[in-house]
Amino acid sequence: MLRDEDRIFTNLYGFDDWRLAGARRRGDWDDTKALMAKGRDWIVEEVKASELRGRGGAGFPTGLKWTFMPKESDGRPAYLVINADEGEPGTCKDREIMRNDPHKLLEGCLLSGLGTGACAAYIYIRGEFHAEAERLDAAIAEAYDAGLLGDNACGSGYDFDIYVHRGAGAYICGEETALIESLEGNKGQPRLKPPFPAAAGLWGCPTTVNNVETIAAVPIILRRGAVWFGGLGRPRNTGTKLFCISGHVNAPCNVEEEMGIPLKRLIEQHAGGVRGGWANLLAVIPGGSSVALIPKSICDTVLMDFDSLAEVKSGLGTAAVIVMDKSTDIVRAIALLARFYMHESCGQCTPCREGCGWMSRMMDRLAVGDAGVEEIDMLLDVSYQVEGHTICALGDAAAWPIQGLIRHFRPELERRIAARQAVRAA
Amino acid sequence: MTGSIVFTLDGREVGAADGETIWQVARREGVEIPHLCYTTAATYRADGNCRACMVEIEGERVLAASCIRKPTPGMVVNTATERAETARRMVMELLLADQPPRESAHDPQSELWRWAEAMGQLTSRFPARAAPPPDSSHPAMRVNLDACIHCTLCVRACREAQVNDVIGMAYRGHGAKVVFDFDDAMGESTCVACGECVQACPTGALMPATLLDESGVRTGYADKQVNSVCPYCGVGCQITYNIRDNEILWVDGLEGPANQGRLCVKGRFGFDYITHPHRLTTPLIRKQGVAKDALDDIDPANPYTHFREASWEEALDVAAAGFKRVRDRDGGKALAGFGSAKGSNEEAYLVQKLVRTGFGTNNVDHCTRLCHASSVAALLETIGSAAVTAPFTDALKSDVIFVIGANPTENHPVAATFFKNAAKSGATLIVCDPRGQALNKQATHMLRFKPGSDVALLNAMMNVIVEEELYDRQYVAAHTEGFEALSQHLKAYTPEDMAPICGVDAETIRTVARTYARANAGIIFWGMGISQHVHGTDNARCLIALALMTGQIGRPGTGLHPLRGQNNVQGASDVGLIPMVYPDYRSVEDPDIRAEFEAFWNAELDPKRGLTVVEIMDAVHDDVIKGMYIMGENPAMSDPNVGHAREGLAKLEHLVVQDIFLTETAFHADVVLPASAWPEKDGTVTNSNRQVQMGRKALDMPGDCRQDWWIVQEIARRIGLDWNYTGPAEVFAEMRACMDSIKGISWDRLLAESVVTYPCDSEDEPGQEVIFGDGFPTPSARGKMVPADIVPPDEQPDDEFPMILSTGTLLEHWHTGAITRRASVLDDIEPEAVACLSPTDLARLGVAAGETVRVTTRRGVIEIKVRRDGKVPEGMIFIPFCYVDAAANLLTNPALDPVGKIPEYKFCAARVEKRAMAAE
Repeated sequence: MLRDEDRIFTNLYGFDDWRLAGARRRGDWDDTKALMAKGRDWIVEEVKASELRGRGGAGFPTGLKWTFMPKESDGRPAYLVINADEGEPGTCKDREIMRNDPHKLLEGCLLSGLGTGACAAYIYIRGEFHAEAERLDAAIAEAYDAGLLGDNACGSGYDFDIYVHRGAGAYICGEETALIESLEGNKGQPRLKPPFPAAAGLWGCPTTVNNVETIAAVPIILRRGAVWFGGLGRPRNTGTKLFCISGHVNAPCNVEEEMGIPLKRLIEQHAGGVRGGWANLLAVIPGGSSVALIPKSICDTVLMDFDSLAEVKSGLGTAAVIVMDKSTDIVRAIALLARFYMHESCGQCTPCREGCGWMSRMMDRLAVGDAGVEEIDMLLDVSYQVEGHTICALGDAAAWPIQGLIRHFRPELERRIAARQAVRAA
Repeated sequence: MTGSIVFTLDGREVGAADGETIWQVARREGVEIPHLCYTTAATYRADGNCRACMVEIEGERVLAASCIRKPTPGMVVNTATERAETARRMVMELLLADQPPRESAHDPQSELWRWAEAMGQLTSRFPARAAPPPDSSHPAMRVNLDACIHCTLCVRACREAQVNDVIGMAYRGHGAKVVFDFDDAMGESTCVACGECVQACPTGALMPATLLDESGVRTGYADKQVNSVCPYCGVGCQITYNIRDNEILWVDGLEGPANQGRLCVKGRFGFDYITHPHRLTTPLIRKQGVAKDALDDIDPANPYTHFREASWEEALDVAAAGFKRVRDRDGGKALAGFGSAKGSNEEAYLVQKLVRTGFGTNNVDHCTRLCHASSVAALLETIGSAAVTAPFTDALKSDVIFVIGANPTENHPVAATFFKNAAKSGATLIVCDPRGQALNKQATHMLRFKPGSDVALLNAMMNVIVEEELYDRQYVAAHTEGFEALSQHLKAYTPEDMAPICGVDAETIRTVARTYARANAGIIFWGMGISQHVHGTDNARCLIALALMTGQIGRPGTGLHPLRGQNNVQGASDVGLIPMVYPDYRSVEDPDIRAEFEAFWNAELDPKRGLTVVEIMDAVHDDVIKGMYIMGENPAMSDPNVGHAREGLAKLEHLVVQDIFLTETAFHADVVLPASAWPEKDGTVTNSNRQVQMGRKALDMPGDCRQDWWIVQEIARRIGLDWNYTGPAEVFAEMRACMDSIKGISWDRLLAESVVTYPCDSEDEPGQEVIFGDGFPTPSARGKMVPADIVPPDEQPDDEFPMILSTGTLLEHWHTGAITRRASVLDDIEPEAVACLSPTDLARLGVAAGETVRVTTRRGVIEIKVRRDGKVPEGMIFIPFCYVDAAANLLTNPALDPVGKIPEYKFCAARVEKRAMAAE
């Protein structure tokens, strides 16, 4: 269990003051100038050494991502973009950071901005997070007033600005290049890669896009050192993580824990256990709606980190743990997710636009058994044709939950089809 | 290996050039990867959305869209792996799910179905969604979105190629949909019917209406394709006629240098005039005893009230006998000829040769007099050349584009697309015109100066450039003359003093002047807003001086470009269809040159320059000119104060008109000769860019129509000339022998290459697009700057005639409307005469849009419907001159520019009244 002194998000529940004074009391903005004085290379090396991996879902090594940014400007400015468009179903961690600990994010922006050579950070915040956007604005104003941001930020000699930009309600804008398009004022549709944002991102300039939780963890990593952070969790899956536990548990919650905590312990210690007891568990979606579900048999032993969950063909994603007990209509549950992806597909590329639509309709039919058994394989086939063939990862995200369902619950699908056919025959 | 980037494609080592995509390399290597949202057409970027071109790259988790992915050294690409092919087939299967079956497809021959067949994926296991309803609201195009695959080619066509910004992709995901404006019906939208989307669509969702039957299934297939040039404006778009049974079914844009595959509504949909029932098909002779009257109004469908049919023999004999009679009695000066800027170079050459050597006079002119005569005069005077110094496509290389007195989106629509492209990619676009216009949207500065104040505005700009020393000292010293005198002259024209005159504030004048002067490459385009004034030559002199003092000429992306009106106004002028010059602008009054041409043509030539268009009409009234030959021109509609012109035509003792319709001019003819329409003949034309292009015969002529060159020759032979041309190729060869500018351009070369730019010195040279990099063809080899004073328009508004009348054309209608008002689509879109007034003036007059007003000037009166048009400045009424039912030129002022002899079409005083009031 994570020790209190290793906790990063010390005001996760908002029991303390979110303003600058409270943040300072908790150790934020403490001699940031000294950290900055150690220089860009030191910052990047420290983050690399910490093995911090992106907390937005993909788990890409953060320090490595920063090294893709040009060392010297070719005349273009560079930007840091914060992905605060938290829209993954089941996920509600970034919201809490921005609501209760905004200065952690702002200090992270400044230090990460220096690490990536950026002149400014744009925080793209989900449109529905109205109150959080106001808090961010207020916190930014405080930071400017205190000389922490703007020209000569923290007295470091480095000029750095932070802007908040509110989204307008599209899940796809959480995809980093769609987010950039939206930030530029265009329809939020993902770009084809390459070029990657580090080469040509916001307004064609080198850009790094990072998640809120990732950036908010940077200051403490730099303060306490990569060794401290790397000592938490497991190799290549270091540090702490915010878990959002929802669904059929007795006490749904957000909680910060060490990476690699066993799923069972996470649920039982922090969320009051599965409703009706562990034996009543049917399955868990361990990382937000985009990852494949895992049945109870896997939940019994699996560890909550990137590599462990990938081994069982699921993923840590955003660490949004959606718990489903035996009362769940698992087929309908996944059908609902399929409908979500149909609704949120931007419509730009064929496999996603057409595939998500068809998969959703197929799932609706399977939910009531209105299909032929051979159509299960057809669905699986289509999901494999969508996966990896779309412009962005939304196609993958739509395919994986369905693949997970078929992988672990094919008998249930077949049972429903047979039952329906029996009723018809009768 | 073709390129330096070495990678492996399907097991073979291949090279890619910088910027080349995997798809392009594969095609070069003989593999055509399926593609739907990607087109090889010029200026279309790859978008990578359809995923039909996916290939596998070793080491990458996901497949890559080959149309957009560029290879890197050492990359291993496999185009035909099972994974890639399965993915591509799945894309096709998903797309076909919603398509109508091929048997009833809108276009079973579309790219989509072609690829479906090639991939062996003609059916889909997936159920179809409900089909969106068809949209047949547009006269020229059909929209059937059940065939749409969301490839966005139409969006790119509309927004990126043509930059009309009408088509968009609305909504999201599964509900995504191609929309026009705010999801309006196409016919109700702001679509300008360029048809670019139709040409780009790979599915049949957007098609020319002529190809579909009632149920929306394609029935139109071509049995023949002929490449040619568009017959409308001076842009010179290359086109392909798609023909079935001697009828043009539809037209595609070809990738010519001036249009890169683009067309406008006229060039794409304006061709059925050829088969209009009004088409003249037999020679006509005026009936005995039917007197001529200036007010004659003959039904073109029934000319037999005034004319009778005749054989070619008889008609030609009568036509020629009349010319002979007048010539032998009164001498050559009693005859005149108008050639046409709508015909070929060869025809124009023959007409001027007939008039000069057969009639014995230089009284030969054509409508260049009415469009750019002043520009030509100024250009010849200052830089010794009457053509543009750079093609309009050079706007893509400019960082500052200055457009003045032109409305290119209406009058040179395809040229305008390049200005818009340039502005979209960052060039500064400065537009100056009293009327607002569509380019406003892309323009960085829109200067709506007061009508007729061009010189004030331009002198003020030059004042800034001189005072702030923004001129190009080195260029001025090396290549110009007259700078000192001009600088002295300009001292009086400060922006502050000129601001109240031109209505543009001093600071804006300064900004614009600085922007142009400081440009790396600035280019100037102008139209008839500059030329059609009594100070037209002065206007052009100012523009030329502006370019010369800043050195914005002679380099790529710089120069002077008067946008020429007619498709062959450049060529007709080049070959000498002008009263002052022989072919290649060589003076008729220079004894040496005359001697040269006398020897070349073996004829005695008139030593005096001839009369111009408007002067010829005056000479008819003065009983000097008694006989006229008018080929393919319509002065009864296009001359200023046409009441006067029509009286002149009616007064002629002998008038021969050669045309395809019974024009208003032909009403007064003694003999009417049925000629050939553009798609019915071979011949070359020269566009605004100095590009000589080959027009090819695509159709047989109807009835007893004849080739124009043949008709001219038959008349020539009957008045004593020994002409034996066998066709246009022979005429062209003769032109080449007397025109240095086209020395390197042979008929065979044009047949092979379709286009060559002049000047071109030899057959193995490409022709010079940008000229005057090192001086000018003037005696001093320098460009001359000529100071211009402010000359007010000839007729100022007063209490009796308080408004300003300005005339021009519309996107849909060409010149006097003789052709376009007989083209069904064009006439459907703009079916009746309209005048445009500002909302303020409409309110003041108490007239609602759609009501009729009476417009009166000192020369005439017409009644016309009004359109509310915020682009027209207060105090102005704008009337297109294409409507015979309300001919604007009944009103216009025939006052001429003293040098260019061009009338002031753009400005006269007028009174506008509500019709009901006028009737009381």
